[in-house]
Amino acid sequence: MQIDLSVKELTRKFGEFTAVDRVSFNVESGKFFSILGPSGCGKTTLLRMIAGFYEPTSGAIEIRGQDMAGVEPNRRPVNLVFQHLALFPMMDVKENIAFGLKRRGEKGPAVYKKVNDLLERVGLPEQANKKISQLSGGQKQRVAIARCLILEPAVLLLDEPLGALDLKLREHMKVELKKLQVQVGTTFVYITHDQSEAMVMSDYVAVMNSGHFEQLDTPQTLYNNPQSSFVAQFVGDNNQFIGILHRDENGSHYVITDDKRKYLVRESGLSDGERVEMYIRPEAVIIKPDAGKANFNTVKVLVKAILFDGANSRLLVVLDGSDKELIVSLPQNRQFDYIKSGDSIEIGWDIKSAVCFRESGVKAYDEL
Amino acid sequence: MMNSKHSKIRWGFWIFFIPVFLWLFLLIILPHIELLRMSFFERKTGFTIANYAAFFTEPIYWLTFVRTATYSIIVTFIVLVIALPVSFYVTKVSGFKVQGFLMVLLLLPFWVSELIRVYGWMILLRESGVINKILVGMGFWNQPVEMLYNDAVMIMGLVYTSILFMVIPIIGVMESLDDSLIEAAYDLGAKKMVIWQKIIIPHCMPGIMSGSIVVFMLVLGSYLTPNLMGGKNSLWFTQQIYNQFITYFNWNQGAAFGFLLLLMSSGIIWVALRLTGQQLSEVVK
Repeated sequence: MQIDLSVKELTRKFGEFTAVDRVSFNVESGKFFSILGPSGCGKTTLLRMIAGFYEPTSGAIEIRGQDMAGVEPNRRPVNLVFQHLALFPMMDVKENIAFGLKRRGEKGPAVYKKVNDLLERVGLPEQANKKISQLSGGQKQRVAIARCLILEPAVLLLDEPLGALDLKLREHMKVELKKLQVQVGTTFVYITHDQSEAMVMSDYVAVMNSGHFEQLDTPQTLYNNPQSSFVAQFVGDNNQFIGILHRDENGSHYVITDDKRKYLVRESGLSDGERVEMYIRPEAVIIKPDAGKANFNTVKVLVKAILFDGANSRLLVVLDGSDKELIVSLPQNRQFDYIKSGDSIEIGWDIKSAVCFRESGVKAYDEL
Repeated sequence: MMNSKHSKIRWGFWIFFIPVFLWLFLLIILPHIELLRMSFFERKTGFTIANYAAFFTEPIYWLTFVRTATYSIIVTFIVLVIALPVSFYVTKVSGFKVQGFLMVLLLLPFWVSELIRVYGWMILLRESGVINKILVGMGFWNQPVEMLYNDAVMIMGLVYTSILFMVIPIIGVMESLDDSLIEAAYDLGAKKMVIWQKIIIPHCMPGIMSGSIVVFMLVLGSYLTPNLMGGKNSLWFTQQIYNQFITYFNWNQGAAFGFLLLLMSSGIIWVALRLTGQQLSEVVK
């Protein structure tokens, strides 16, 4: 497989602050690659270095095998879709899209034939003569992407272009964007802080935190096998327990939490007596599990609130005799309709669904 | 209830309206009506259009106007060419703190009256002036050179006295230009000149036009700078009006010239707006 974009040991410093810290990755041709991270993690800096707006402090960027050091943004075979799209309000739709072609010196009716073909492909036929202000949010999105795609870039960079849209349209555009990428086959590098955008659209996702990549994997692996406590917290929801790892004479591992509770865990390669963080996904927790299962943790909890959200409904529960809060998925198959706020119930999880990491103290969100 | 509220609004309206109305009517409209009457009047014959006809029959008059208008257009253009990069530097290149400092630097000279500033230039440029002293002292040339009293110096003086009126409106519109538009054009392969031509100037067009109108009108109607720096050979149309009123005591002719200046300068601005496809209502916003 051809490598369209190759980044090696890329570093960017602003004074003493290191925004991007020795990041390396390769993107194969035709893939949808996302960089996911909280605001301030350096993802925009990284993207702007690839586009050519920032010079790297050290490291190299190669696009289709060509080193990009010292190449101006207007000469790079990449194009950037800006966060607020940056469509030119002084031009109509067709002039916006033709802008890049004209800068290459292409002239005449051939340019507008290409523009119309592309407008057809992005689902905007008959809109060529409209002003930018006459377009809806989703249409502007497509024009911004068409404006870049007409130049047939090696890599299309997208800087959170869905951020400004309202929720319903964003959900719709996620699917549209993925379909468009598959259809045109251009390599996309997409940065976002929205994990759902990254998971839905991407072939590969890199989770970025304070300047470096925490993990680069497929969305499925990222979700099911997070490699660090940050990824476990940032990607999807998780319940966190902090305690000390022990191993008994039978060879089974367990964690004793700070409030003296004992949970069985699977073998994780961490050593005896280490302080660990244990994570369990809300949907891995089973309400009213069958008694007597092997390798299973069971706890008694008090239902504090029912967080109804359609298919995403959850229970907010506290451990009996403690104020430790947990979130548990509540399947909407009417099986658990009898659960009311204030009820005392039993929940449990298979030890295979919990993951443990050495305690890092990292917090993806301040409130966690 | 309704009535009292209604009358309250009325009162507020009149309190603000009356001073404005009196100002406009007593100080601007009334004198202009009198001047207009005067311009169509002669002591011996009564009503006449001879005052207006004189402008077209005497070449010295209309040639002075053509000269004044041409130089005003040239000055406006030079001011524009200087003001665009200056505004760009102030709004987009300099940092937030430096920006305020630069604005003060731009404004500072305008706290001093135009007369003082023009005399400042004269002190620098005249035969016994500072620049001559320095250059002769350093041996660049043997005897002082008269640098004042020619058209080039007059144009420089006019550019200097009017540049702020171009920079301020352009800074106003340039601040509203999203930086990412410039970056997007750059990213799509545009060179710097193309970015100016396709993105920055079209965006700044309302500011450019309002600045140009103000500068053109100021230069066309200026009296001090052409008179002091241009010397005896540089006739400006305002000097013709001044001569009619003060030297010849021919108020009727002077009034006619005044109205001709107003009409023709408005005409030039109308043509300029049509040529650039701008709306006056957009420009004055």
